[in-house]
Amino acid sequence: MPTKEPSPACQGETEVPGGIYVHIPFCMRKCPYCDFYSITDLELLPVYLNALHAEIRLTAAENNFPCDTLYLGGGTPSLLGPEALQRLIQEIRCRHPLPENAEITLEVNPGSMSPETLKAFRQAGINRLSIGVQSFSDARLQFLGRIHSAEQAHATIQAARAAGFDNLGLDLIYGLPDQTAGDWAEDLEQATAYGPEHLSCYILSYEPGLPLTRKLHSRLFTPLPNEAVAALFEQTIAFLSTKGYEHYEISNFAAQTGLRSRHNQKYWTFAPYLGLGPSAHSHQDGRRRWNHRSLSRYLSDLAAGRLPLETEEILSHQQQILEAVFLGLRQSRGIDLGWFDKKFKMNFQEVFAETIQRLHQEGFLQVTAGHCRLTTTGKLVLDGIVDLFVAGL
Amino acid sequence: MPVSVSAEVFDWGKKVKHIRNFSIIAHIDHGKSTLSDRLIQATGIVPDREFMDQILDTMDIERERGITIKSNTICLPYKAKDGKTYSLNLIDTPGHVDFTYEVSRALASCEGAFLLIDASQGVEAQTLANLYLALEHNLEIIPVINKIDLPSADVEWVKTQLKEDLGLDPQTAICTSAKEGIGIQEVLESAVKLLPAPKGDPEAPLQALIFDSHYDAYRGTVVHTRIFQGRLQAGDTIMFMSNKAVYKVEEVGVFQIRRVPRNELTAGEVGYVIAGIKTVSDTRCGDTVTIKNKSCAAPLPGFKEAKPVVFSSIYPVAADDYQELTEAIEKLKLNDAALIYEKDSSAALGFGFRCGFLGLLHLEVVQERLEREYDLSLIITAPSVRYELLLFDGATVMIDNPALYPDPTLIKAAKEPFIRATIITPDRYMGAIMKLCMDRRGVNSNYQYLTSNRLEMKFELPLAEVVYDFYDKLKSITQGYGSFDYEILEYRETDLVKVDILINGEKVDALSQLIHRDRATERARLACERLKEEIPRQMFKIAIQGAIGAKIISRETISPFRKDVTAKCYGGDISRKRKLLEKQKKGKKRMKMVGQVMIPQAAFLSVLKTED
Repeated sequence: MPTKEPSPACQGETEVPGGIYVHIPFCMRKCPYCDFYSITDLELLPVYLNALHAEIRLTAAENNFPCDTLYLGGGTPSLLGPEALQRLIQEIRCRHPLPENAEITLEVNPGSMSPETLKAFRQAGINRLSIGVQSFSDARLQFLGRIHSAEQAHATIQAARAAGFDNLGLDLIYGLPDQTAGDWAEDLEQATAYGPEHLSCYILSYEPGLPLTRKLHSRLFTPLPNEAVAALFEQTIAFLSTKGYEHYEISNFAAQTGLRSRHNQKYWTFAPYLGLGPSAHSHQDGRRRWNHRSLSRYLSDLAAGRLPLETEEILSHQQQILEAVFLGLRQSRGIDLGWFDKKFKMNFQEVFAETIQRLHQEGFLQVTAGHCRLTTTGKLVLDGIVDLFVAGL
Repeated sequence: MPVSVSAEVFDWGKKVKHIRNFSIIAHIDHGKSTLSDRLIQATGIVPDREFMDQILDTMDIERERGITIKSNTICLPYKAKDGKTYSLNLIDTPGHVDFTYEVSRALASCEGAFLLIDASQGVEAQTLANLYLALEHNLEIIPVINKIDLPSADVEWVKTQLKEDLGLDPQTAICTSAKEGIGIQEVLESAVKLLPAPKGDPEAPLQALIFDSHYDAYRGTVVHTRIFQGRLQAGDTIMFMSNKAVYKVEEVGVFQIRRVPRNELTAGEVGYVIAGIKTVSDTRCGDTVTIKNKSCAAPLPGFKEAKPVVFSSIYPVAADDYQELTEAIEKLKLNDAALIYEKDSSAALGFGFRCGFLGLLHLEVVQERLEREYDLSLIITAPSVRYELLLFDGATVMIDNPALYPDPTLIKAAKEPFIRATIITPDRYMGAIMKLCMDRRGVNSNYQYLTSNRLEMKFELPLAEVVYDFYDKLKSITQGYGSFDYEILEYRETDLVKVDILINGEKVDALSQLIHRDRATERARLACERLKEEIPRQMFKIAIQGAIGAKIISRETISPFRKDVTAKCYGGDISRKRKLLEKQKKGKKRMKMVGQVMIPQAAFLSVLKTED
């Protein structure tokens, strides 16, 4: 695996390879905290796949950047089954050439497939799994409305290893009501015991309009106080660092630099990417576009031979700066000032001098080795810090 | 019966004896606008389908608050029982104590006035004040007892008050219900019979009174005038006597909701003049208009420069709106000659204007109009009166802006303006009012019973205490029954201090206030508490302090939040988060940064809000 730091893509330069994201909008059951688009009517899977293949063909013509990652996300993409998945990967490789060593990630949810299926996935060309474990506690899994048990989570990880996956990412969620430092330490212990190459540890967030958020607003439960969540965040970083993990993005940890999610980093570094499937987002050279979220609209557009695009936006200079700041500060490497100054033809340290000084004083931020990055306490208040930068724009 | 007569039938201007110029004067809410509406409807100049209530109150703010801010005039053709057609000029006057001078100029344009009294409320403070004003101008007064349809109406009780409190003949009173249309014909008929026709010589040199003006985007300033002597027509070269400004008249006419041009206006008439006047600052309420080359010997008496008593600074919330604010305030000034302003600047708020107002209502009206009509978001600093400071070097300085308050060690003595407040109230609220006025440093109180259970109370109060929520407080403790009027007395010695508000040690100049020492600690504490409520927690600790000089007199702390992070970027959907940030940034345009602390507009406003 290459160990070079990915550098942000510069506008107009195409040598930084892009990625392809495929959204599989199907789940056996909707999780009450999840804001990704998915439906539970699995009968629509075949029609959806037809449309997806059509989209792959339609986008082949205009997708002119080389890619080295493919990410199959959802939803629950493992619901596709190995054959359909293999055909899908084949179709993509055929229309959008990927190198031999491309990172091909599949999101899987415990309880949705057998060990044999996992083997077949490996065979189908998947070389990285992102497993939606979320927790090793049945009570917390239940709170999150997951369909699987802790036991099934363990089984899936073991089966994945047995199937030959040597690049595993585990997703965990913390900051649940009443969750103690001890509870969370247990989850982290159990997760790291498998030596996963990658860990995503997300703070539970309450997005507007979701069932869990409504429950919160109806006071059916008391959220974990922010102070406690902050402590768990710090605990996460401290614990995973003792286990040798590199904290490279707010919620993401890699066993080593080369084992970071190559695909997800494209989102944070202005690299180009092509999104396929309902609600999928694409980006190239400051142009962002995305597909219709509704499956029916997606299907009807493609049936009519049209790309199922909902919106396209060309980012203004100002908007690109804003994105560069908030995406840059999410990453532990921070904002590459040389890159920033060149790309935006301005001096970051001069323009934001007052904000930088104040944040530095408070111990939130450092400027070292040509990068502006947040400290751990700074990362905890990332949104507020970004606001300060934005206000100075 | 509505009488509709086309304009040509009238021989305007020469039939002075068929002209009646009058106002309706009343305490607020006694039904002045409704009575005006009925008179207009009765004469049929507005087709019913075009009619709307409070037709003379053209500003949203007037309709919403049920008050009249701008004068308005309407010329009503009325066919009287004697078979002749009269032109009745109704001059609507502002209905608030802040606008006493404007009212006096409008009254100076009249020969008579209807004194309107609510049949269930009786005589109130402004009834008295307005009656006295009308009597000063020797107007013929016709009492009108309105709202007689109300179950609580007590006509005999009001008649007793007319006789005993006001010294008027209750026999002449007309009973009306403007709402139900009762007594409207009697009002019109009595205007013809009881009010005198105007006098004046149409051949004498022009002498015309400006009693108001408004700005028309197409025609410039429209001057509202009463011709006392001479005549005025298009093509005349006129001069304003106070500032010698000269204009050529483009159009004259009368108001009938719309402007109706006439060939000329002659002595006794009320109407408008359009003369390419770009700035309303050239027209001053109370000024005299004459013909440049044939001017009258002397201006009409009573002209005064508008004298502001309340001062405050206005800043745009977003600094880049300063230019827009400048344009808006200039435009507003076109219609509001009483508003005075000069450029001001604040370290916290950037550029703005220091403004002088006739009173607190005037301030609120200006603020609301700027915000509504010009879509501006504003920060208004604490209203202040003008203080007189005697310095050790013998100099005397007048200060209304805390930013200009000199080093206290240089000040030998300070004086503040006092007023005499007149409050009329049912006697059951006497104790509460006494307490309010004593709390507000009131002195020399006295009272007298007007009737068996109604009191007239008088106090001498510092104006500074009155501009700070006094009227609202009075309304609330008297459940709306207390009425209030005031006149300015003189400057009296006071113990003045300047209270500063500091945020993270940085002085927020826009929040400084000049205040009596006894009230300083309380006000500073209130300001700190309010700021603590309104300033959102941020990632830094925020210290809020109130201080007199270097001495801290109150303190609050806002603890920082520890966690404010979006844990998850939704895949490649970067736009979602960016849009959120953009939206927040837009929201933050309404915030001010002081020492890296974002202070929302609401926080500034809360400090100025009164205790409740």
